[in-house]
Amino acid sequence: MGSGDSEMHVLAVDDSSVDRAVIARILRKSKYRVTAVDSAERALEILEMEPSVDMIITDYCMPEMNGYELLRKVKESRQLREIPVVIMSSENVPNRITRCLEEGAEDFLIKPVRPSDVSRLCGRIRH
Amino acid sequence: MLMICYSLYLIHNLVLLRYHLLDCYYIEKSNRMDYVNTRRQAASMRKCLFDQGYLDEQFYQLEDLQDDASPNFVEEVVTLFFRDSLRLMANIDQSLDKCAKDFNKLDVYMQQLKGSCTSIGASKMKTECTVFRDYCRDENIEGCMRSFQKLKREHSVLRQKLESYFQLLRQAGPIECATRPSK
Repeated sequence: MGSGDSEMHVLAVDDSSVDRAVIARILRKSKYRVTAVDSAERALEILEMEPSVDMIITDYCMPEMNGYELLRKVKESRQLREIPVVIMSSENVPNRITRCLEEGAEDFLIKPVRPSDVSRLCGRIRH
Repeated sequence: MLMICYSLYLIHNLVLLRYHLLDCYYIEKSNRMDYVNTRRQAASMRKCLFDQGYLDEQFYQLEDLQDDASPNFVEEVVTLFFRDSLRLMANIDQSLDKCAKDFNKLDVYMQQLKGSCTSIGASKMKTECTVFRDYCRDENIEGCMRSFQKLKREHSVLRQKLESYFQLLRQAGPIECATRPSK
């Protein structure tokens, strides 16, 4: 996993076009390479083709497969499980947060996500 | 004689040059004043949007994300918002029209809409989304309908105001245009 010292590649997953645009912009402005997709299913397709993703940042509430289910799929995969997964949600539901962190999520962010949230995360992941 | 004619010719050209330079000066000054006035109008409009509670500080966050690499970012995101919100509101309208009200579905749609409102800083709309969701939880259909009508009005007003604001910004253009004399 990972691109070492070169540009970090982040996979952003959100079914909301507004939130996808915002998170992609925050990441690009922080000089990360971004692939933004609108569903967990599409995210898994991308990961199959390009497993060298440095971080996944995904919305929790999505139709079909939600962010928690995506997290589980990633952590169950031998190829993908080392990739840090960050969950985002507009709702602060303690049980949801606990469940995601116990499943191995790197962090759980409450929307709207700020550039400072992203730099803190990515700084931690680089180290 | 030839010298006199040549001198007159030079003087004539100098006078023409003087008027030309004066023209350029006044055109540039006028362009700058137009730019400044339009920008001032846009700034005033923007301030009203915040003062009247239509927008909150999340809109500042969007503005901070705009730069030379993405010079129209805020307008692009706002355009996406109005496109998505119209779709969601159409879904809510359809669901409310049905005889059997599915409050769970209504709540899901409204949660999505609220999320988008939060992301662009659409404060009044966000508040009304919360009111609607409270009515959903209580399965109060009249409350939902009243709240939804209010939400539609807030949406329409915000859209109008933001469209006018972005139109003014586009009219003003970047500062470089203000210094270029118009033809």
